[in-house]
Amino acid sequence: MLDINKIRNDFPILNQKVYGKQLIYLDNGATTQKPNQVIDYVSEFYSTINSNIHRGVHSLSGKSTEEYENARLTIKDYINANSEKEIIFTKGTTEAINLVASSFGEEYINEGDEILVSQTEHHSNIVPWQMLCKRKKAILKVVPVNNNTEIVIEEFKKLLSNKTKLIAISQVSNAFGTIMPINNIIQKAHKVGAYVLVDGAQGVQHFKTDVQYLDCDFYTFSGHKIYAETGIGVLYGKEELLNKMPPYQGGGDMIKTVSFEKTEYADLPLKFEAGTSNYVGAASIAKAIDYINSIGLDNIYEYENDLVNYARKELTKIKGLKIIGSPTNNTSSISFLLNGIHHYDAGMILDKLGIAVRTGTHCAEPAMKRFDITGTIRASFSFYNTKQEVDELCKGILRVKKMFD
Amino acid sequence: MTTTEIQNSIIEEFNMFDEWLDKYEYIIELGGELSDYDDKDKTKSNLISGCQSRVWLNAEFVDNKVMFNADSDAIITKGIIALLIRIMNNRTPEEILETDLFFLEKIGLKENLSPTRANGLVSMIKQMKTYGLAYKALRDSKK
Repeated sequence: MLDINKIRNDFPILNQKVYGKQLIYLDNGATTQKPNQVIDYVSEFYSTINSNIHRGVHSLSGKSTEEYENARLTIKDYINANSEKEIIFTKGTTEAINLVASSFGEEYINEGDEILVSQTEHHSNIVPWQMLCKRKKAILKVVPVNNNTEIVIEEFKKLLSNKTKLIAISQVSNAFGTIMPINNIIQKAHKVGAYVLVDGAQGVQHFKTDVQYLDCDFYTFSGHKIYAETGIGVLYGKEELLNKMPPYQGGGDMIKTVSFEKTEYADLPLKFEAGTSNYVGAASIAKAIDYINSIGLDNIYEYENDLVNYARKELTKIKGLKIIGSPTNNTSSISFLLNGIHHYDAGMILDKLGIAVRTGTHCAEPAMKRFDITGTIRASFSFYNTKQEVDELCKGILRVKKMFD
Repeated sequence: MTTTEIQNSIIEEFNMFDEWLDKYEYIIELGGELSDYDDKDKTKSNLISGCQSRVWLNAEFVDNKVMFNADSDAIITKGIIALLIRIMNNRTPEEILETDLFFLEKIGLKENLSPTRANGLVSMIKQMKTYGLAYKALRDSKK
């Protein structure tokens, strides 16, 4: 059992009114709020130890570097990577995917090779691969989903061949909350010699992820979606692959020696961290993970699962409300439509009732096209949300319906 | 009435509402009253795309006045379109180009115009001005 009152008190932003109504924040898929443990830490960092990492001989630089490198260790443990060399700090999931598309793509993708993505991917897990395919004359293929937003494994098997070099797939769909069968996909991919990148942006904060158990080749996530700062993210890659990949960007920190004749690159993980990285952001991820661990990820999963099931059940009771897809395995997000009411209209009115949801295409236009819709209303949950808030959402939706009838 | 006078009267109308929801009730009402838009005009060239809502806009030039017709798939957007049309319709190109749309900020609906809202309204206003400019050039070229 979670002590929900205590948890909510940890998130100061939740305790406020918008348009005179108590805020109900159900846009956690876009970004999560930050607990005091993270906010205070960031403030403390700048107040007491801020200094550029990996450079100075002075005391503060040493402390700063220590926080940064300790964060790498915390993240390594959190996703159970084999070594901290496999944890690369990036600006976020998008940059992590672009890094792989650029560096892995350079080394491993050739003309005629095939890359598979699912039909419900976020644009950030489509566009970098399109760009790579264009550059390398490779072919992007799309794995379809069924009416329940689930990957059609039979179709995936048909698309998979020895031409397939990479499969890029989300762990959890951001638009629909569907948990993808990545275990199965990774096993099948490896049998034909293909690599797998898992976009964990919507998964890593909700349930236990073990990259060694999954055996995925790359795994990405963003700090701001896991209760840490924005502008920081993580790329996990198998050491052997990362070693073979050329650097992504050139600059300071990623080099061993530089001369105009020849530059020697730094070893992992710094080889992929050119320039001063967002070291405070990186350290804030470790604090967020500490916070999650203090509650227990299994407890979080159990609580959120119960909450989302309750929300699905209650939303289904509303006449004229249609949930897009009822995947067997789902978490955190529910996408729905109201009969005859535009999602934008619904979102605007819910906002005036203090309820923050997201509307539109959720950066997944092909996914919307699959269901022949222009967008949805998405409520996405975190462990600081409550069943009372779900009830308020339902009441808000009834109010919206009344206004547009 | 000048475009400024119309905007001032819109501001007065909205001042009657204390509650946010009442303002939106009114906008929804205006959206419902917006004159019918011909489906055949819902062409790709008339479409102003946003990721939230879509807007269609077309114009005609009659007796030195620009006549606008517009529609949206979202009613709130449609309500704001109705207000924009009330101000900008049946005006000379000069009037359209000179009009500063200050009313949205005054009635607290500026958030509907933020570029990131991507509801098509920012582009619609730009498009109205472009029509004004184009018709002005067309008229002057015939002189």
